[in-house]
Amino acid sequence: MTAARATWSTLTDPLVRQNPVTLQILGICSALAVTTTLATAVTMSVALTIVLTLSAGLVSAIRRHIPGTIRLIVQIVIVASLVIVIDQVLQAYFAEISRALSVYVGLITTNCLVLGRTEAFARHNPPFPAMIDAFGNGLGYSLVLVTIGGLRELFGKGELFGRTILPLADAGGWFTPLSLMLLAPSAFFLLGLLVWAVRTILPEQSEAREHTPPPSTEPAE
Amino acid sequence: MTGLWELFLTAAFVDNMPLTLFLGLCTFLALSRRPEAALGLGVAMTGVLGVTVPLNHLVYSYLLAPGAWAWAGLPEIDLSYLSLIAFIGVIAASVQLLEMLLDRFVPSIHAAFGVFLPLLTVQCAILAGSLFMVERSYTLAQSAVFGLGSGLGFAVAVAMLGAIRTRLAYADLPPGLRGLGIAFVLTGLMSLGFAAFSQMAAAQ
Repeated sequence: MTAARATWSTLTDPLVRQNPVTLQILGICSALAVTTTLATAVTMSVALTIVLTLSAGLVSAIRRHIPGTIRLIVQIVIVASLVIVIDQVLQAYFAEISRALSVYVGLITTNCLVLGRTEAFARHNPPFPAMIDAFGNGLGYSLVLVTIGGLRELFGKGELFGRTILPLADAGGWFTPLSLMLLAPSAFFLLGLLVWAVRTILPEQSEAREHTPPPSTEPAE
Repeated sequence: MTGLWELFLTAAFVDNMPLTLFLGLCTFLALSRRPEAALGLGVAMTGVLGVTVPLNHLVYSYLLAPGAWAWAGLPEIDLSYLSLIAFIGVIAASVQLLEMLLDRFVPSIHAAFGVFLPLLTVQCAILAGSLFMVERSYTLAQSAVFGLGSGLGFAVAVAMLGAIRTRLAYADLPPGLRGLGIAFVLTGLMSLGFAAFSQMAAAQ
């Protein structure tokens, strides 16, 4: 029973409480770059979750045979091979989305989230928990991506998955699209606000002050 | 000649790696708490990008590109799907080599770089530099200029963010916004500023 509960918490912790993007600053590059539309965000999430889960499983399966000094190279080669497979599959079956994602699929190789999980968790744990942990982290990452991608597409174009949700003013509706939402800065703002929201709900995540102000010389109120 | 200069400026400012293309953000945010560290990272990025992009260009065009093995009587071989692994290998090797060379000949610079050099192996901006070079089919000279320009753009952006964050360390922020949250908002504002450069490029 406790084992089942431990597995469950390994899976669900990274969703919000230990979210890889908002708490651990891992894998942000791709999280922001591919979120102009929901479709690319979902594709990227799926690709990353698959790569992450499989590479965690593989690294964990051979963890006793990897010499410590060259483990980074071994891990990178495993991840890169998986990414090549995913990239080829995307190019073959989803050519349009693959073009929209441009180099960012290849960049899963150096996504710090993948290496971070293989390095921090999969290297010390048996394959099953490692894959559960990786899958949970992939889901946590996907949650952030889908949230931001959905918001940007909804307010930037009035669409979700290319279907009109908010009728545009040009087409006789009432909604004027915010084109800033499709530009780079809005992704930063949205993620910043998301981090703020998460940390307001879960105050234990907020960072300590770097400098405490000197004790006030005025009489306390 | 003017083409190269334009490419340099475009790579540094219009297509700024962290601010416009969202590349290398992990290190960008993690190491920008102090301006000195940020500057060291920026210089290391410029050096590594300036070396690895042209090197990878050579590797790609002489070993991996479709038809690269034509001289050996194998014109139909296309190894370009191996480019990810090859590029990562080249990057890891040249970072290691650069570190050893600096340590041997210019220890002062090596000491200044500190821990940043080995970290750069898994920096997405570095790998992206090489991938963009393939996607946009640059020549050797163009790829060297592109690497240096992107590195410079990264250095400028990270040094600016480092300076602003030091200043903000004394500000009274809401607890949830402290640290990462405000760093994102700042980066967004800087990115808004850099968006002006793309208008400049469009006007030309």
